[in-house]
Amino acid sequence: MMKNNVEVKNISFSYGKTEILKDLSLDIREGEFMVLLGPSGCGKTTLLNCIAGLLDLTDGQIWIEDDNVTWKEPKDRHIGMVFQSYALYPSMTVEKNLSFGLRMMNTPKNIINKKIKKASNLLQINELLKRKPSQLSGGQRQRVAIGRALVRDAKVFLFDEPLSNLDAKLRAELRYEIKKLHRDLSNTMIYVTHDQIEAMTLADRISVMKDGLIQQLDTPKQIYNKPANLFVAGFIGSPSMNFLNAKFDKTNQNLIVGKQHINIANYENINNLIDGQEVVFGIRPENIKIDKNENTIQCNVELVEPMGADTLVWTSIEGTPISIRLEGSSNYNLNDEINISFDINKSSIFDNKSEERI
Amino acid sequence: MSVIPSGPRPKHLTIGRIGMYCFILVCAIFFLMPLYVMVITSLKDMDEIRAANILNLPKELSFYSWPKAWSQACTGFVCEGLKPGFFNSIKITVPSVIVSVGLSAINGYALAFWRFKGAYFFFGLCMFGAFIPYQVMVYPLLKIEDALGIYSTLPGIILVHTIFGMPILTLIFRNFYASLPIDLFKAARIDGGNFVKIFFYVIIPMSTPITIVAVILQVTGIWNDFLLGLVFAGRDNQPMTVQLNNIVQVDYGVAEYNVDMSATILTSLVPLFVYFISGRWFVRGIAAGAIKG
Amino acid sequence: MPLFRNIASMIALLPMIVISLTVFVGCIIYSFVYSLTNSKLVPVMNYVGFDQYERLFKQRKWDVAVENIFIYGFVFTIGCLVIGFLLAVLIDQKIRGESLFRTIFLYPYAVCIAAVWQGAGFVMVLMLAGLRGIDEDIWKSLSIEGVAKWKSYLFVILPMLRPMVVTAIVLIAAGVVKVYDLILALTSGGPGYATTTPAMYVMENFFSRANLGQAFAASIIMFISVVCILAPWAFYEFYLRNKYAAN
Repeated sequence: MMKNNVEVKNISFSYGKTEILKDLSLDIREGEFMVLLGPSGCGKTTLLNCIAGLLDLTDGQIWIEDDNVTWKEPKDRHIGMVFQSYALYPSMTVEKNLSFGLRMMNTPKNIINKKIKKASNLLQINELLKRKPSQLSGGQRQRVAIGRALVRDAKVFLFDEPLSNLDAKLRAELRYEIKKLHRDLSNTMIYVTHDQIEAMTLADRISVMKDGLIQQLDTPKQIYNKPANLFVAGFIGSPSMNFLNAKFDKTNQNLIVGKQHINIANYENINNLIDGQEVVFGIRPENIKIDKNENTIQCNVELVEPMGADTLVWTSIEGTPISIRLEGSSNYNLNDEINISFDINKSSIFDNKSEERI
Repeated sequence: MSVIPSGPRPKHLTIGRIGMYCFILVCAIFFLMPLYVMVITSLKDMDEIRAANILNLPKELSFYSWPKAWSQACTGFVCEGLKPGFFNSIKITVPSVIVSVGLSAINGYALAFWRFKGAYFFFGLCMFGAFIPYQVMVYPLLKIEDALGIYSTLPGIILVHTIFGMPILTLIFRNFYASLPIDLFKAARIDGGNFVKIFFYVIIPMSTPITIVAVILQVTGIWNDFLLGLVFAGRDNQPMTVQLNNIVQVDYGVAEYNVDMSATILTSLVPLFVYFISGRWFVRGIAAGAIKG
Repeated sequence: MPLFRNIASMIALLPMIVISLTVFVGCIIYSFVYSLTNSKLVPVMNYVGFDQYERLFKQRKWDVAVENIFIYGFVFTIGCLVIGFLLAVLIDQKIRGESLFRTIFLYPYAVCIAAVWQGAGFVMVLMLAGLRGIDEDIWKSLSIEGVAKWKSYLFVILPMLRPMVVTAIVLIAAGVVKVYDLILALTSGGPGYATTTPAMYVMENFFSRANLGQAFAASIIMFISVVCILAPWAFYEFYLRNKYAAN
């Protein structure tokens, strides 16, 4: 059993009368890459700021390495933090930016130099040390910001949407480097993002948040394949999961969607379904096949989006738009008649009322 | 007329643009008129002032009014000109500007980044102070300073200028600091900065534009102050404006308009100078301080 | 939560807090209390109720002063705003010699900034800064939609400059009430008392007429009128806006 590195115990945070975090608990293991994922306003950044000690909790405790740091100053928590806006001190050179924290702690000069050398080698920013932040590109700035967190020998690294201000290509590049960094340093990292690709690629575990509550905390695979509720299912995946409102018919083990019937005998938790239960049937675009099996639904191609590696075909069932992910080489045209079937094993069925996965 | 975006400069002059230039020129002349009248009047002798139109250029340049205003004109019972007032004004302005700008910068910093419960209540009270007419505060403040034993002294007038400058300066500093990225402050806290260290290492190096605005406002404001100097500075520290008033408002003898004008120009030289050397910064800084009002 | 979490901040703000309480609040209380007395040369606690106020309102001179300040304040505030805004708009047209004109229009501001935060120059700087801060894309879309330029300025740009306009109005309006130096320098309140202002009335009663009670009463009335001007704005800015922001 791995040791917990950061423990968030029943914390609440209110801003004025607005409650942003409600009795939230979260354990982060040593060396784990934890991603806090959610739409804007879900409280993920607030949670990160609470862990950093930049916001004062209304209630609850925060422990880092078996030390109650709830009321400790941010500087005494042994953390490093990287911000979306880079937050480099504009009046200082890159070198001064990197060493600022160490200078504040009166670290001897030779140690400072050693640490800066190590960090700048790791991030390939040696050439930039004498420059001011205004003379750097966005990607370079973010490297420096990461470097600034590195030199502090932090126990925990906090990332607050670090890649959001970068263009797509740079984002992919730095994502790769952050992952490599984690592999090499194996520090605990907590990473806030609203970008599910970052979350999926980087995380050991993701906690999906909404309205100040954790909706699901699990590995990226589990979250993608077995989303705990409708929100998680809809939030993760691009294009997002297809949803069909349906009614369960126990005798035939069918879901009834308007005039269509979908046999779900293969669904893992079929025994939990009650006859006549109103449900939402969720299926990812890549788990829909076009073939002529007996269990198929006939429909028309309404839109084709070629995306290179794969092609997205849009159709609809009983008026609900459905996207299907096919190989890039597949060739369909507008108004083609197709028969589609679902991979029930990989589908999810949610209760209509509680929105929980069955 | 076609719609011209504010971006590229049109290639040729339209009638509208000519009209616009005319309007701006008229305004400019209107704004410059007082200065023009003051300068030419100061260069005429009294006979010519009495005889000719005030807009006419002097027939014969006479400079005698300038040295007279500077070192001979009578201010009340003494006839030493504006010179002692000039040095008094410097003695008052320099420390007052330093103290008030420094204090307000700290206030703005504390309010923008280190809010504690009730801080904004006191900020509200302080802002409220900006709108209380001086006249309500002059007498009680005089009593307070009297009780403290600094009434009619240099520290007394410095304290008064600090108090009256504080609300607006605190507001512009707070607004400027609030417009800085908050992440910068967060990063500095994680890097181990405390209240004092963050202020000196991170915030002050970024405060140049707003500090220049604050200094301009205070230098011009304090230099041109008349009322507070009159009441609080005491006889020995009377600022230039008070002496100017004494020169202009003569109770006896003949009014010498050329000396009055020279004295007025001399008095306004410092604010003008400050303004001319820092005009560009001023525009930039005011914007930074006001936008997030 | 620990009681003194931001102790350094509290210490730093202590001078501001002390000054706010003793000078700003304290002086008003002091003035009000002594405005209820018949103090002459020195403040004495001789309670006479609202006599001083009654006497004040019977003074012809005070009426003139109040009238003057209203006329002056109204004309001045509107004049500064309109001329300042016009100048800013014109200078924003990317004209030649912009910095020269900017300098000229600001110069009276530099000269008479003393008594009041005033002048078209000041409004112009504020507005110009605001105009320069407006997104180029807005101009592009306005020109594509073919909106006449003066309409764009009036209906689109001016509302976007709201914070600037509000700042300007408040600073000018509050400054007007304090007008003392300028009038004193220009007319000394004369001829007779035709151009006197409430501020001069107060100062006269304090320092040359030795009529403290009357001066206190007049200053309190001045203060109340400023509050009346500012209260709606303050209510809107600090209360309503926060309420909407929270939702």
